[in-house]
Amino acid sequence: MSEPLRGVIVTHAAVAQALLAAVTAITGVSDALVPVSNDGCDSGALTERLTRAIGGRPAVLFVDLPGGSCLTTSVRLAKGANDVAVVTGVNLAMLLDFVFHRDLAPADAARRAADAGSKAIRTPAA
Amino acid sequence: MSIALYRIDDRLIHGQVVVGWGKPLNARFIVLVDDTVRASPWEQDLYRMGVPPEIEVVFASTAEAAARLAEWERDPRVGILLAGDIDTLAALSTNSHRVQRINVGGLHHRPGRSERLRYVYLSDAEAAQLKALAAQGVAVTAQDVPTAAPVPLQEFT
Repeated sequence: MSEPLRGVIVTHAAVAQALLAAVTAITGVSDALVPVSNDGCDSGALTERLTRAIGGRPAVLFVDLPGGSCLTTSVRLAKGANDVAVVTGVNLAMLLDFVFHRDLAPADAARRAADAGSKAIRTPAA
Repeated sequence: MSIALYRIDDRLIHGQVVVGWGKPLNARFIVLVDDTVRASPWEQDLYRMGVPPEIEVVFASTAEAAARLAEWERDPRVGILLAGDIDTLAALSTNSHRVQRINVGGLHHRPGRSERLRYVYLSDAEAAQLKALAAQGVAVTAQDVPTAAPVPLQEFT
């Protein structure tokens, strides 16, 4: 069996750490995700943080916004790697799905996560 | 007012620019002056992703920006001009004689720089470069978001 995917949560401020804490509290899985904040980083420093977080493994980068420094740095990095995929609009639902489906190829895991995250956005009647 | 903000920010187009400044200024165009991005269509696509459709994004090299600055200043819409480093805005200022104020919005840590403000790290050479711009009559302040108070140049150089 190939190495399970690593998920890297890439966000502004402490959103990534908070999402990781929530995933761990809900699932008990604590070794599937790595949080990265862009605090204090230019693109070079953020690239270094991401490279360390990925650790040379196949990975999916879960980025907070569909634009901005977290995204541009993540996509630049993914373009230079064969086994790194990027998803934007990270939410708790997509991360919960991801931690139990880490045996997919990065691109497939990214598509699956995007689908799970999208399905979680609803407007229930009050 | 056409270009309401001349900003140095090494993250280029990101949330503080589009939302933090763009909303209160009612910006309708952003000029990104960066020679590397100007030559990279896929990077341009990436930066456009972070901008709502009602805001036009113009990508320019430093030379193109110097040539078109007067045109952008005549634009009836409100605009923001962004560069990722001091060199670019210094060149634009020198070549156009039109840049009257510069907002240092974000220059982050890298080797050779030291912390001047939470969001401004400068080498001694960069600090001297900003002082030289001020000596030429350019008003230089640091301010990451519009709700923060602008910090005078002498307080961070």
